Amino acid sequence: MAENSLLQIFERDGITNVEFVESNILDEVCIRRIGDELTAVIDRKGCPKIVLNFQNVNALSSSALGMLITVNAKIGDKKGKLALASLEGPIRDVFRITKLDKAFTLCDSLADAMSSMR
Amino acid sequence: MCSNKEQPNRDKRTILGVRESFDEVQEMVIQLMEEAKYTDHDLFSVRVAFEEALANALLHGHLGDEEAEIEVLWCVTKEQVEIQVIDQGRGYDPEAIPDPTATENLTLPSGRGLAMIRAFMSEVSLNERGNHVTMIRHKEN
Repeated sequence: MAENSLLQIFERDGITNVEFVESNILDEVCIRRIGDELTAVIDRKGCPKIVLNFQNVNALSSSALGMLITVNAKIGDKKGKLALASLEGPIRDVFRITKLDKAFTLCDSLADAMSSMR
Repeated sequence: MCSNKEQPNRDKRTILGVRESFDEVQEMVIQLMEEAKYTDHDLFSVRVAFEEALANALLHGHLGDEEAEIEVLWCVTKEQVEIQVIDQGRGYDPEAIPDPTATENLTLPSGRGLAMIRAFMSEVSLNERGNHVTMIRHKEN
């Protein structure tokens, strides 16, 4: 992990597994940095397959949703795949309420998300 | 505001549009809610709605000007939390914002703040000008 990175990134079987360092993804500056880090990952990949693991996340703002939409579009432009893992309780509610559960692949567990990449 | 009952915890602050101030007022309200034994779901809901209201004030009300002052009032009782956020901007018409949950708008990267406030709070009202939001969450049983 790069110094001061807001993400922990692991590569496994051609799939990029990303965990968030911050538990509250609310701050505009923090969200912009996360978006930039994810864009850098996407840019390095020919056909990005990325799992974002929300296990550590306690709160999520609409700006964070906007960043995820942009990331999803960039991955789509490269014919890649994005899955969101470990979405439970109120964090899943955020996606349900905004109807973004229709726009993303949401998975209960990391294993499910990894399977969805194959 | 918050006219009822048993020694309500009320306060107000005038803050700048910076992260430290947002965190400070949010933590004061969350602490009062924890003392009043609100559920984790209540805490999550108020934290998200409060953040959205402050972000709207900064980004839409004040067009990102962190020096412009935001007035924040709150009242926490054993029954409900009421929060008011007032900016100095020209306000906006919420009806002019495209429905972010419409299928054709799901890929828009913005425009979900007020929808999230409405979803996570029990009552939400805007003044006519659109620069003063009042939001209430009733305590879960």
